[in-house]
Amino acid sequence: MNAPAPAVKKLRVATTSLAGCFGCHMSFLDIDERIIPLLDLIEFDRSPLTDIKHCGPCDLGIIEGGLCNAENVHVLREFRKNCKFLVAMGACAINGGLPAQRNHLDLRDVLEEVYQTEAGLSHGGIPNDPELPLPLNQVHPIHEVVKIDYFLPGCPPPADAIWKLLTDLLAGRTPSLGHGLMHYD
Amino acid sequence: MNETNTFLLDGEEIPFTPGQSIIQAATEHGIYIPHLCWHPEFKAHGSCKICTVKVNGRFGSSCTMAAQAGMNVENRTSELDDKRRTLLQMYFVEGNHFCPSCEKSGNCSLQATAYELKMVSPHFDMFYPDRAVDASHPDILLDFNRCIMCSLCVTASREVDGKNVFSMGGRGLLGRRIHISSESGKLADTDFALTDRAASICPVGVILPKRKGFAVPIGERKYDKLPINLQVSEETP
Repeated sequence: MNAPAPAVKKLRVATTSLAGCFGCHMSFLDIDERIIPLLDLIEFDRSPLTDIKHCGPCDLGIIEGGLCNAENVHVLREFRKNCKFLVAMGACAINGGLPAQRNHLDLRDVLEEVYQTEAGLSHGGIPNDPELPLPLNQVHPIHEVVKIDYFLPGCPPPADAIWKLLTDLLAGRTPSLGHGLMHYD
Repeated sequence: MNETNTFLLDGEEIPFTPGQSIIQAATEHGIYIPHLCWHPEFKAHGSCKICTVKVNGRFGSSCTMAAQAGMNVENRTSELDDKRRTLLQMYFVEGNHFCPSCEKSGNCSLQATAYELKMVSPHFDMFYPDRAVDASHPDILLDFNRCIMCSLCVTASREVDGKNVFSMGGRGLLGRRIHISSESGKLADTDFALTDRAASICPVGVILPKRKGFAVPIGERKYDKLPINLQVSEETP
């Protein structure tokens, strides 16, 4: 009878997309077949890939997107509470990115333009269902609210940069991106 | 050249011509000192402070300090690069620097300098200042969201083009800005032209030619190919 190989403790990883476009998660999936050896080393907790709704204790939390509404802030705090290390993935998490282009406009003007004035919509008025999280006055990057341990710039960060960050962390190294992997666009 | 006219830059002996600044001598010998407001064609402005070096143990701007025989200059030490990175982070939070939607991305000195200094986040809280865009000119777009107040356009327009299209004015962090010298304040009401030196001097994405956006694909832009420290020449910033 063969004894089973001693199980290596897998790193538990949670991911989420706040005020982002899921482009960073798509870029993550662009690591392609490397996800198979990766799954020998990590297991996913809360993530759009698992559809788990809340984050349990994790080694690593990867956050895409900035903060544009109250729910984003709650989710971010849940990640900070449960994850040993947090990574800000992509331009929106790091400086607000595209959603932050509304920051120099008045929020009410924006909502009225979209839901009342703009042609082609049903003019149903600004949504006010209590289940909808309230928008923040301005979009903010996540480091303004919780401590972030590592940053991965890019719009999106290339799959190779995400791979480099994960393999560096798994090997116990401080992640470092060289020329070509580090870009803001 | 007089053989005694040399100084030490990170331990390397650099010859210089009397009257040259430290950054001029370094650039002539292909050595990169990070900088933003200095341009080889113009007199130093000395405002961005990114080119700060340590000369015999004391901080100084390498664009305004004359090279002197025997001085010991520190450049790419972790102490100086850490301070430069902090300055860059301040530049990034003071303006609206959104690289993914900027036509200058890949050819931008601010961005390339930030890559070189391994700036991965803005660190500070963002200001998101409300800055103007001037699209009045038929050939040129001005997007002041990206202005870093290097004043190169002011100098180029005055000294090369003889036009004085731009000037710097106002007070305070968010009040100080580049003004257009026309009654309306619009670029269309000046004699600014695409052929002006000032039209191609901007190190960031403020002064942009219209109808040329994103002409060079990602991967082939200036700083896609080589990092800024490997593209030191006396012709380009």
